[in-house]
Amino acid sequence: MEARLKVRNTKSILFKCLIVFLSFLITVPLIVILLYIIKQGVLQVNWHFLTHVPAPVGETGGGIANALVGSFIMVMLSAVIAIPIGMLSGIYLSENPHTKLSYYAGLCVDILQGVPSIVVGIVVYFWIVKPLGTFSALSGSVALSIMMLPIVIRSTEQTLRLLPPSLKEAALSLGVPYYRVILKVIVPCGFAGILSGIMLSIARIVGETAPLLFTAFGNPYLSASITKPMESLPHLIFTYATSPYDEWHNLAWGASFILLMFVLILNIVTKLITRKWNIQL
Amino acid sequence: MEHTVVSSSKFNAWFGDNHVVKDVSIGIEKNQVIAVMGPSGCGKTTFLRCINRMHELIPGATTKGSMKLYDDDVYTMNPIWVRYKIGMVFQRPNPFPNLSIYDNVVAGYKLNGLKMPKAEMDQIVEKSLTSAALWNEVKDSLHKKGTFLSGGQQQRLCIARAIAMQPEVILFDEPTSALDPISTSSVEQLFHELKENYTLIIVTHNMQQAARVSDKTAFFYLGELVEFDDTKQMFTAPSDVRTQNYITGRFS
Amino acid sequence: MKNKRLDLSYSQMKWETIFKRLLIVMSSILILIVIGTLITLIFKSMPSIKALGIGYLWGKVWDPVQNIYGAYPFLIGTLLTSFMALIISIPFSYAVSIYLGEYNPKGWLSNLLKNAIELIAAVPSIIYGFWGLFVLVPIIRSFEMKIGVAPYGIGIFTSSLILSVMIIPYAASLGITLIRMVPSPLKEGAYALGATRFEVIRSVIMPFTRSGLFAGVLLSLGRALGETMAVTMLIGNTSAIGQTFKDLIFGPGNTMASVIANEFTEADHTVYLSALIELGLVLFCVTVIINLIGKRIITRFTSN
Repeated sequence: MEARLKVRNTKSILFKCLIVFLSFLITVPLIVILLYIIKQGVLQVNWHFLTHVPAPVGETGGGIANALVGSFIMVMLSAVIAIPIGMLSGIYLSENPHTKLSYYAGLCVDILQGVPSIVVGIVVYFWIVKPLGTFSALSGSVALSIMMLPIVIRSTEQTLRLLPPSLKEAALSLGVPYYRVILKVIVPCGFAGILSGIMLSIARIVGETAPLLFTAFGNPYLSASITKPMESLPHLIFTYATSPYDEWHNLAWGASFILLMFVLILNIVTKLITRKWNIQL
Repeated sequence: MEHTVVSSSKFNAWFGDNHVVKDVSIGIEKNQVIAVMGPSGCGKTTFLRCINRMHELIPGATTKGSMKLYDDDVYTMNPIWVRYKIGMVFQRPNPFPNLSIYDNVVAGYKLNGLKMPKAEMDQIVEKSLTSAALWNEVKDSLHKKGTFLSGGQQQRLCIARAIAMQPEVILFDEPTSALDPISTSSVEQLFHELKENYTLIIVTHNMQQAARVSDKTAFFYLGELVEFDDTKQMFTAPSDVRTQNYITGRFS
Repeated sequence: MKNKRLDLSYSQMKWETIFKRLLIVMSSILILIVIGTLITLIFKSMPSIKALGIGYLWGKVWDPVQNIYGAYPFLIGTLLTSFMALIISIPFSYAVSIYLGEYNPKGWLSNLLKNAIELIAAVPSIIYGFWGLFVLVPIIRSFEMKIGVAPYGIGIFTSSLILSVMIIPYAASLGITLIRMVPSPLKEGAYALGATRFEVIRSVIMPFTRSGLFAGVLLSLGRALGETMAVTMLIGNTSAIGQTFKDLIFGPGNTMASVIANEFTEADHTVYLSALIELGLVLFCVTVIINLIGKRIITRFTSN
């Protein structure tokens, strides 16, 4: 009996060791990749790097200014498109959970969350690039905003659902009309959750390449026009990393470093916001 | 009759198919404290919420019959106007967590975008908080958020918020059931002072509270208004046997 | 003041209806986007569906120059990379779920690990691909030389490796939540009978969360199927599949997503483009179905 027990206990301990080992092993590739990107990229970043466009093949120097500006413009434009639609849809879904529209819209949000990003690129190509006759930052932004929507909607919906119904009641009993109750009481109270959803969605799309391959396409020159092709950080990394030129590889490492840092900072800030505001609420 | 503030005639309310309030006719006079009591599920809270048209905000909720504020039927008036004139205080204190105490008191104005000069607003804040017996306790922290206040203080803040709208009637939905005894008595004391300027209708689960604070009491049972009489009379010699059974604790 | 309030209350009623309608319009936009996507994909696939028929799906040759299109190599490539990635990642996802769900649900170490997992999901796929191309590929190349396989470096195996890391968070974060949801009374009952920790995990927690964990696997699979950039950079972009087992696993190939990424802008005639879009349509339908099944399992699990 005791021998049996010993075997079982040993099994249990071995199992735990295995589980712990595997769990922490996961962090190894993460750390390796992060450190490598930082090592390769941090040296590339200087003022020249940030303010100049890539040099033609054969010449040294150059930078990623076109990609920085491009990513900034497209992300801002996507946010402008996706945030109103996303927040208002999220409000509708949390306020009207039992309607038919809510059921189908919720289903569509789930569908959009799973759509491969390259497919989004395909349809936006036909919706905007073809009619406009050119690749454009606008089409890239539309594609990115479609990818932003599910995250913004779900976080808005979930944040608002968690608010106590007494909040709405108090405002309504004061004679505040419904739309003001939502806009001036409910949304401000859920601000932290909604904001973190928006920031997470931005962190997601700033690194997306596939939907931009045939929408924004890429541009070796600095451009701020939304009806022309535009470069972006992830797209530049893709093009230059797969090129045969060392100079371009270096640019790609620098761009990767900046992209990675931006995504990391956004994620950290989001975590801090949710932690700080949740305690107050 | 000018001193009948709130009156209903054959008033009914449903939740979907569930007939919760049945043919209630009542006349409530100005500057009185009316207690509404009855066992759980008797329709008293629903009836209360019909007075300021909060009932209809629930999907599937319907009403029939007349409910009047003075001579105007509440259901033909603009519901927002109705809620200006008839304020409500809820069971759980619910001050707005993202607004300061000052902003909470004038929330009815600010949230509606009603602008007024700061001096006027300051006056309203002081007057309302004084009427709610809260002014001295918060006058130095008006611009802090109300989360540090105790339950009783938060409830008095909600009362101040309702008073700030200068209503005719204030409805109370079990206002002290979530409060400790000390806070409860401070709120109950307010009722005596408030009735000078307002008419109070208080739904309560607590018979002793009804006996303590009200001039008249209405007893609801299974959706019907069984009896409506002077409080003293109701509790010493009720006319209906159901009232008698409730008061003596046969059911609760 | 009185009149101002009365006027205001009437004008506000107008905004009420506008706002409520606006909410409905915005929610309808979502439905329009999804329907629009489906319609666009089907419509633009029509030329190749008409020209190539259903045999397209198991056609083994993809030669745009000669106008021959067969999707079989990409179906194989997608299935191989995704399932290999799943097989590699599942032990790790389960391990993390059990560790953070059962052994160590709270505390600073647990938070650290949880954040690391979220970080894995946050790193853009292009960065995984870039790193893989310059660091993983040479390693795999020398590994292949050691085991006597053609040392491409890039290929299906390499893509699967990177993919396996990328999809861990999807099954893991769901698994953590589910395992934490196992009711204590259930576990305590087993402990009271003298079960060891391992036995409680094996005979109480695992069966209880089985369907939910399966849903997590489905979500990881959906992610793997749709992944484009990292795979495109590491898979070798060859539209023929290896004939021997070794060539199949360690050789270059293509997935549905990577061939679209590579050849979409070069497709110069209608059937070519349409054939690629048809792949997109298949990809869309498969990932959507898998994700919806996964989500349905989760809702059923959490509502119980």
